[in-house]
Amino acid sequence: MKNLLLVAYLDIRESLRSKWFYVYAVVFGGLMGLFFITGITDSVVMGFTGLSRLLLVFMQVTIIILPIFILITTVKSISADRESNILEYMLSFPISLRDYYWGKFLGRFVTVFVPVIGALILGIGWGVLKGAAIPWAMVSLYSALIFALCIVFLGIAFFISTTVKSHDMALGIAFMTWIVLLAFIDVALIGLMMQNRVSDGVIITIAMLNPMEAFRIGAIALFDPELTVIGPVAYYLLDSLGHTLLMLYAVFYPIVLGIVFALLGYTLFRRKDLL
Amino acid sequence: MSPIVEISNVRKKFLGTPVLDGVTLKIEAGDRIAMLGPNGAGKTTLVRSMLGFYHLDGGTIRVLGRDPVRERVEVLKAIGFIPQLPPPVKLSIDELLMYVERSSGVAAEAIVAQAGRMDLDLKAHASKPFFKLSGGMKQKLLIAIALARRSRLFVFDEPTASLDPKARELFYRLLTELDYDYSAIYITHRLEELEGLVNRKVYMELGKVVEDEPITA
Repeated sequence: MKNLLLVAYLDIRESLRSKWFYVYAVVFGGLMGLFFITGITDSVVMGFTGLSRLLLVFMQVTIIILPIFILITTVKSISADRESNILEYMLSFPISLRDYYWGKFLGRFVTVFVPVIGALILGIGWGVLKGAAIPWAMVSLYSALIFALCIVFLGIAFFISTTVKSHDMALGIAFMTWIVLLAFIDVALIGLMMQNRVSDGVIITIAMLNPMEAFRIGAIALFDPELTVIGPVAYYLLDSLGHTLLMLYAVFYPIVLGIVFALLGYTLFRRKDLL
Repeated sequence: MSPIVEISNVRKKFLGTPVLDGVTLKIEAGDRIAMLGPNGAGKTTLVRSMLGFYHLDGGTIRVLGRDPVRERVEVLKAIGFIPQLPPPVKLSIDELLMYVERSSGVAAEAIVAQAGRMDLDLKAHASKPFFKLSGGMKQKLLIAIALARRSRLFVFDEPTASLDPKARELFYRLLTELDYDYSAIYITHRLEELEGLVNRKVYMELGKVVEDEPITA
């Protein structure tokens, strides 16, 4: 445990110096600023205004940006270190593979989670200064959803990073993963539905397996409890599972999936050649 | 007394090509081996296997009676390693020293002192990222870390490749000044440089040990 925390701490220190971290933090912080400047808090959509409206837009942008940021910056954590022989040197010290792998995971989690939550808190703080009431239920749910999204994409990224030996290949796979998951939120599913090539059950299963869809359903369910605006799949899920189960699925499914991928990555890390 | 390293009929293939082909080698306490051979002979793969980086296709390796893959922490406590080229580690010097200190139990002051003996003032570069040091400075620091650990077995993979002649001399002098009984493997292409430091030479070719004989002074 001591060495796990050491690896996590050093990974955080290293990330805090890197350019990607500044870009990442500025993008999320900047987004919040941009929302205020453009007057999103004063606009009304579906009867929602003020902080609630701002948080919804923030989540809609987060679903696109956060996964690709996590994937691109994290897939290099093992694969690039392997390629540049950093892994060879760092693992020549008496440190267990468990401590190294999970330490990296923990460190990377802190560096991707904190800026997004920081931006969320920044938005709330700004809203409070302008006299808005804090929508606590929404803030809690969104924090949980962001946590879940970070875990699932970190898990996938670590899995790719340990599976693929070349850094370029890892980047390519990460990008493909993001595109496929993004496409299967709407475009591909609607296409499949319209062509009637596969059964509705398959389409709903594909949608349910997609952690980005889970995030999206969870984020929008507070605004549109009937989920009528985000399509038939979400509407069907709500009808089948009920509101509480659907929310639990939206938060816990990505967490479980992320942990499964991270564990698979760890198993491969232990069982395959390290270099 | 059991050997420091016992390698029995070790086989390893990469993409179907044998890289280690039935290597058997025993390293006793006090053995200081010059490991020679052409590029691709399997020297680096063999030492990396001793460090637990590879799962073998056949045979066994025991370091101090332990399996380097299954008992890597215990095995690596006994080994000080210097790679062929300094990796572009992004940690600062301070952070790297912290990593070494906490993982290996060697005091950072001991590394700073050892670096000083290599004419490298670490305190002046403490906050600088490791990869921004010059090639020679990086290698000196890796040498200082390895020597400060006072390991039972040193594995040096062409450790002086990026050192100037003066630094090479210093490195060899520091090795002769080590005041305890250690074993060492030097992967090298220049046996003459190791004169007086090694007492055995092992020549590898195409994944096999083809020559293994003592060097007499």
